[in-house]
Formats: sequence, C-alpha cells, structure tokens
Amino acid sequence: MTVDARPSVWSRLLRRLWWETRAAHVVWQRELLHYARNPARLIMTLAQPVVYLLVLGTGLGAMLPGGGGYPTYLFPGVLLMTVQAPAIAIGASVAVDREAGFLREMLVAPVHRVSLLAGRCAGAATVATCQGVLVLGLAGLAHIPYAPELMLALIAEMALIAFAMTAFVALLAVVISPTPTFHAALGCVLTPLVFLSGALFPIAGLPVWLTALMVANPLTYVIDLLRRTIAPYLARPEPAAVHSPVLMELAVTAGVGLLSVLLAARRLSRPR
Amino acid sequence: MRPGAIHTHSLRKSYQGMRAVCGISLNVEAGEMFGFLGPNGAGKSTMISMLSTLLRPSGGRALVAGIDVRDDPKEVRRRIGLVFQEPTVDTDLTVRENLAFHATLYGLGKHDARRRVAEAADLVGLTGRGDTLVRTLSDSMRRLLEIARGLLHEPGVLFLDEPTVGLDPQARAEIWEHLRELRHRRAITVFLTTHHLEEAEYCDHIAMVDRGRVVADDSPAALKRLIGTDRIHLRTGDDQAAAATLSDYLGLASAWGPDGLYVQVTDAATAIPWVCTVLRVPVHSIEVRRPSLDEVFLRYTGRTLDGASRPEVSL
Ligand SMILES: Nc1ncnc2c1ncn2[C@@H]1O[C@H](COP(=O)(O)OP(=O)(O)OP(=O)(O)O)[C@@H](O)[C@H]1O
Ligand SMILES: [Mg+2]
Repeated sequence: MTVDARPSVWSRLLRRLWWETRAAHVVWQRELLHYARNPARLIMTLAQPVVYLLVLGTGLGAMLPGGGGYPTYLFPGVLLMTVQAPAIAIGASVAVDREAGFLREMLVAPVHRVSLLAGRCAGAATVATCQGVLVLGLAGLAHIPYAPELMLALIAEMALIAFAMTAFVALLAVVISPTPTFHAALGCVLTPLVFLSGALFPIAGLPVWLTALMVANPLTYVIDLLRRTIAPYLARPEPAAVHSPVLMELAVTAGVGLLSVLLAARRLSRPR
Repeated sequence: MRPGAIHTHSLRKSYQGMRAVCGISLNVEAGEMFGFLGPNGAGKSTMISMLSTLLRPSGGRALVAGIDVRDDPKEVRRRIGLVFQEPTVDTDLTVRENLAFHATLYGLGKHDARRRVAEAADLVGLTGRGDTLVRTLSDSMRRLLEIARGLLHEPGVLFLDEPTVGLDPQARAEIWEHLRELRHRRAITVFLTTHHLEEAEYCDHIAMVDRGRVVADDSPAALKRLIGTDRIHLRTGDDQAAAATLSDYLGLASAWGPDGLYVQVTDAATAIPWVCTVLRVPVHSIEVRRPSLDEVFLRYTGRTLDGASRPEVSL
C-alpha cells in the first residue's frame, strides 16, 4: 500500500479557499468595527436621505399639482441615497488607505486582492443595508405598505446595489490618483448620474443626448429596479421611466459589481 | 558562495525616467542585522518596496529568502515581515484586533493566532495592552505594535523601514532594546533602513547608499578601519619625552596639542598595553577616539549624512 504524503490538489485548493474566505471575513469585520466605533458618522450619513424624504418629499410634493404621490415617487431615490452614502465612503476609503498605508499593509500579505476587495464591499453592503432598514421604517410616510415580502425584497436589492456601488467607487479610487483628483472625479460623475437616473423627477421629454445618457446610466436601472419592486404594492402605480426586465437589471447591477472587483484587484496586484 | 537571505544583483528602479535606485548589488547573510544607511531620498524605501514585491524593479534581480521577487511574489510575501516607514496601524482598532487582523491575512488558525498574538505582544512589551485602542497609544508603542505585527507569522526576514523615524531618543532606545531582544530570541534576518549613524553601529553589516548607489558595504568596524586609524589621546607628565619614547621604541608618530599627545594607531586595543609598557613618564590619562561612520560617509560622498557638505575633515 502506498500512502501519498502530499496533500491532493483538491485539499490544497480547499485550504486556500478557506484562507481567502477568512481574509475577506476579517476585512468585512474591520469595516463593521469602524462604523460601530464612529456613531457620529452613522448618524450623519443617515441624515441626508431622511432630510430628502421629509423636506423634498413633502415640501416639493405640496407645490406640485397632484403632488400627493411625490413622496412615493421619491422613495426609491431616498433608498438609493441611503445606500450610496456608506458605499461611497467605504469605496473611497481605499484611496485614503492607499495614502495612509493601511492598504499597503494588506497588499503585502499573501492573500488574493479579490478577497480584500470583496470583504470591503461586503462590509459596505452590510453597513448600507442596516441603514437602509432604518430608512425603510419611514416607508409609511411615503404611503408604501409594510408588506414583509416587499421589505425583504428591498433589503436584498439594497445589499446588492451597495456592493456594486462600493466596488465601482473602489475601482475609481484604485485607477484615479492622486486622491484629490479621485474625489473631484467622484463628485463630477456621481451627481449627474443621480439627477439623470429618474430618482428625483420623471425623465421625459429630454433632448436626445440627455436621453442617451439616461439610458447609459447604470443608476437608471437601479432606480427602476427599486421602483418596480414597490409598484405592485401601491394603490396607484407610477409609470416607469424605462422598461427593461427586472432580471436583467439585477444581472447588470451584479455584473457591474463583480467586474469592478475583478478590475480593481487586477490593478492592485500589478506592482507599479 | 552560500546564497544569503537577501541577494540582489544590479537592481534598478526608475520613476518616469528619474533614477531612484541605480544598480544595487547586495548580499545579506541569513541571521544578519543589516543596516541600509543613507540620507533622505537615497532610495532606501524604494529598495524595500522592490524586495517586498510591492514595486516592480526596472532591471536587475532580487532574491529574498531564496526566491526571486519577480517569479513568485506571493511566496516572498509569505516569508517576510514588513514595517513601513509611514505608520500603518488601524487606529480605530485595538492592539489585539490589529494583530488578529494580520494573523488572519497570513492564514494562521484561530488557536495558533491567539498564541502568537500573545507572544508577539510580549516580545515588544505590549502585554496587558491588548484591549487598548491604538489611537490612544504613544508613537513608540504604535511602532512596537507594527514590529510585533511584522513578526506574527514568524517570517525569516523582517524589513524595517526607518523603524525609529520621528521618535525621540528615549523612544528610539526603547525600540532598539526590543530589536536586540528579538535577535536574542529568534533566528531572523533583519533588513533595516536608517539615517541615524548610532543605529548603524548596532548592525552586523551595513551598506551606505547615496543617490541610489551603494558607496560602502561591510561591517561597521571594517568600514571604520578602512578609513583610518584609532587615535589615542595621552596626557603625561612630560609630553616631549613621551613622544620621543613612542617614536624610538614603537615607531609611532605623535602630534602635540595643548592638552596632550595624539597618537595614530591601527588598533588602539592592542597598542595601549605597549604604550603603557614603554613609557617611563607618569601617564595621567589615556583616551581612545575611534573613527566614526559619519567620517566614512563623508569620505565616500563628500557630504555628511544629514546632507551638509563639510569641506574639511576634522581630525
Ligand atoms: N512614487 C514615486 N514617484 C516618483 N518619484 C519617487 C517616488 N517614490 C520615490 N521617488 C523618488 O525616488 C527617490 C528615492 O526615494 P525613496 O523614498 O526610496 O528614498 P528614501 O531613501 O526612502 O528617503 P527617505 O529617507 O526620505 O525616506 C527620491 O528622490 C524620491 O523623490
Ligand atoms: Mg524612505
């Protein structure tokens, strides 16, 4: 009988996978600890969407003819802004970590960059979803029923959206340097994307080139996804801006996230 | 020739045409405390980044722990510990959390990690500080934490990029005490950069770099022997007679000063007994001055380490 002392390819692969999973897990944990230890940050990032819902939703709604439905219309946008804040903060912290050195400390460890990035994005998704759950508590203000299936679907979608956004912002952070340039680029890309997504007002009757931008804007599909998840539960459903299959919208969001993680990891593992 | 723990052959790095490291060849033996000594901008950090696979060399070869940094960067990273020049601890986490984070990235199991975290903390005197937030630690303790972290996965080679930069003399002494303790407890190769001469003196082997080139490479004692001789400062009852005796019996030339005699010898330790034996006049005091590394650096670069150029050697 011969005994092969070397571990088989499969067991090595499994051990490797376990190692990488644990690495991603501690990176995830680190993000949560950061949030837990800075409650002020948590409150500040929560304030913005709530202010939008209350001020813009009720204030603007009162001005519009037949604007009683405006808070309802605005709600997907409010959810998007809720998850966007921590997603951007954590994605952008890649740039901060790169400058401060903590990223280098992680990069010199013998783990795959995909694990590091995935852990970070998962951390952001967790934080964002927790905040999203709090904001979901305000659904009543927007005349949206608290149906359990609806709430669960929205929570899952917010987690996915936050993951993808964090990954995308992290990709920008890795590609665009130095950090001030990155922050400028972030501001100049994200604000128009939000305005052109149909989050704040229905997009209709735009010039062709703006319509083209809207169709190319990934946030349009994210908003549409949230809106169409909510629509069946409403007494008076809104007309949607775009009509692409929900499955495709989910796939595009997940695809953007995964692709961003892979590209950012590739960029990070190539020594300068 | 036994391949050292670190071996480089005409290693080069340019940043957009600006040459930061211009062909450095080094051989660091396993178990050595190696000091890479040079002024600001000499290319020390660039060298460490290349050896730790964070930066791709523009040319040349580098083997770390027997592995080519270009062929298998991951394996190199597994075998080295690295403390960066700039602080890289997470100040929002506790001491233990920082160490545990690192242990997991290096694939240590939970049980193993707990033991090694305790060991590493003990080595740098941070035992009992496990639950302290790093934000509240002093600068030197943060540095010690980084060193502990670099040692956690028991690397064969530890890189320290200016481990005492920005610390006051007392904190520096503390760091060095722990580094010596480390050498005492573990067989490890230490590659450290510094621009403090007194720190280079603690190393077994130093290389002096200036503008990306190695200008001198040997043990501190050998380097100093190379540039010159020890000086013995004698105060006697009769300097003139003493000078004559030293010249007649030992063939030593001496110079008079207002405060005594100065004698140049190759090795003061062996010369002093002879000097005492031959002198027939009362000897009030004997003082030995050894050549300093600063003079070595000056000799090779025309500048002192802190960047000032001194036109004349004071001797
Ligand atoms: N990313 C970079 N891009 C361009 N030039 C760089 C870069 N990093 C370093 N340099 C230049 O390369 C040279 C060597 O830098 P390096 O940081 O290796 O020096 P050092 O010896 O570590 O100096 P210090 O004691 O200040 O840390 C310097 O002239 C520096 O300006
Ligand atoms: Mg440096």
